[in-house]
Amino acid sequence: MVRRLPEYLTIWVPLLLSAAHLVSFSLWTIWISFTPSTLVPVSGWVGLRNYTSVLASRNWQIAFDNLLLFGSAFVLLSLVTGLTLAILLDQRIRGENVLRSIFLYPLAVSFVVTGTVWSWLLNPGIGIQKLVHDFGWTSFRFDWLIDRDMAIWTIVIAAIWQSSGFAMALFLAGLRSVDADLIKAAQIDGAGPVRMYRRVILPTLWPITITVIVIQLQFAISTFDLVRALTNGGPGIATQLPALVVYDLMFQRNLLGRGAAAAVLMLLILLSVLLPYAAWQYLQQRRAPHA
Amino acid sequence: MLIYLVVSLIAAAWLVPLIVVVLNSLRSNEEIVQTSMIGWPRQWAFGNYLTAWSDFCLAQTCVGIRPYMLNSALVTIPATIFSTLLGAVAGYAVSLWRFRGDNWIYGIVTLGIFLPQQMRLLPWTIVLRDTGLMNTLTGLVLIHTIQGLSFTVLFCRNYYVAIPQELIRAARIDGAGFFRIFWRIILPLSPPILVVTVIWQFTHIWNEFLYGVTFTTGQQQPVTAALIALSAAVADIPHHGVQSAAVMIAALPTLLIYLIGGKYFVRGLTAGAVK
Repeated sequence: MVRRLPEYLTIWVPLLLSAAHLVSFSLWTIWISFTPSTLVPVSGWVGLRNYTSVLASRNWQIAFDNLLLFGSAFVLLSLVTGLTLAILLDQRIRGENVLRSIFLYPLAVSFVVTGTVWSWLLNPGIGIQKLVHDFGWTSFRFDWLIDRDMAIWTIVIAAIWQSSGFAMALFLAGLRSVDADLIKAAQIDGAGPVRMYRRVILPTLWPITITVIVIQLQFAISTFDLVRALTNGGPGIATQLPALVVYDLMFQRNLLGRGAAAAVLMLLILLSVLLPYAAWQYLQQRRAPHA
Repeated sequence: MLIYLVVSLIAAAWLVPLIVVVLNSLRSNEEIVQTSMIGWPRQWAFGNYLTAWSDFCLAQTCVGIRPYMLNSALVTIPATIFSTLLGAVAGYAVSLWRFRGDNWIYGIVTLGIFLPQQMRLLPWTIVLRDTGLMNTLTGLVLIHTIQGLSFTVLFCRNYYVAIPQELIRAARIDGAGFFRIFWRIILPLSPPILVVTVIWQFTHIWNEFLYGVTFTTGQQQPVTAALIALSAAVADIPHHGVQSAAVMIAALPTLLIYLIGGKYFVRGLTAGAVK
């Protein structure tokens, strides 16, 4: 027993530390969300008061509406972009490796970096609008970054640019693993390329599509760095997102109880995506036990 | 031919941000102010890189981006090594050594992939404060090592389950223990997954921002937090040329890793998704 102590320690200490921090930190944050904590955590019980005040705040409501818009627009458009890129690259074209690297490189770079660069390009005073003006087309307008109603779309643009490559990579892997016999059979039946994609190949991709949707949604829900670098939630609070609200409540307004409540709300939004996905995966595995 | 045209156009659009930063990092501030952020350098201002590296001022300290790059390196390198090594051993333990409760603990650890950082911000704040690690690089190393385990254990475990159990059983009959088997059998088989794990961890820790900005201030911040501080400073006095150079320097380590090990980087990206 003593002789095997180093072995037990090596196996258990890292795993236990990791598991314990996940469980205890979650419970800890949930507990704080029910206390009247402000600058420091205090014990006490305020029931759901933190939750009701977060939900009633304009900050959160705007953040939640933005998340719905940003989440659905970003997921949908990055799916379309990713799938289009994958189908184009799947045509056995030359230079596929170089092209794939180009579409994926944004993923290797920090959101702080890409957000900063996009903030220049989209800034009407120094970016694309200024360039077009200098060319002589002075009535050209592209000022979404400072437009309250359109600013959220700048985040959609940057996010699509940054992570469509990821959807492309997964779709391309899916396209490459379509059963060759299936394609041959369809060719013998005289199916053209368009028909082939619509009827034969794309239907096999839907499990991958769901995976891509879930992962991109997970990214959308926790988006923080990108907004921080691109708009910092502005103009005003027009591009506020839940992760920014949490940070603002916890560290700028020192309302720890409300900040924790907002974090738990974020977790609930995430679970509303992940739990159905987990259930779906579980059913898939039960239905095809040998797959 | 049409397809090449379409693909090249999209690829060109994807490269625009990179090209814009590279070009701006070589243009003088005056030139950028007179025209726009998008343009060809009239005069090559290589000095921007020198200024960005060691001269520009951030909150009254004029030391450039160098100390923040060093901070990021001092956090990223140890945390990558620790989380990868611990993840490899733990992945081996849960996939091949097998012990009571292994599936349970593995399941909980991998849940960490999904738990938002926001749920851990307050507890980490309190833990770091109580252990005196607030505003230290050691604190960030600790956080990234523990949180990184969720990914490294998943990667390594999924790789090791393909190794036949008989190999381990035979070695155990020959009297080899836990560490000997890891050292002699598992580790020699591991380079492909270790490369994926190291690239993944390095990229993620280097690019991380939220913990860096929350748990460190001033001279202790990693480079991502320093870039945001620089953006705020540039809003007052435009120094876009120097700022572009700073952005390039900060992005360079992960871009280089991507250029060299792109294949492994993509493998890591998809490994989490296609479990």
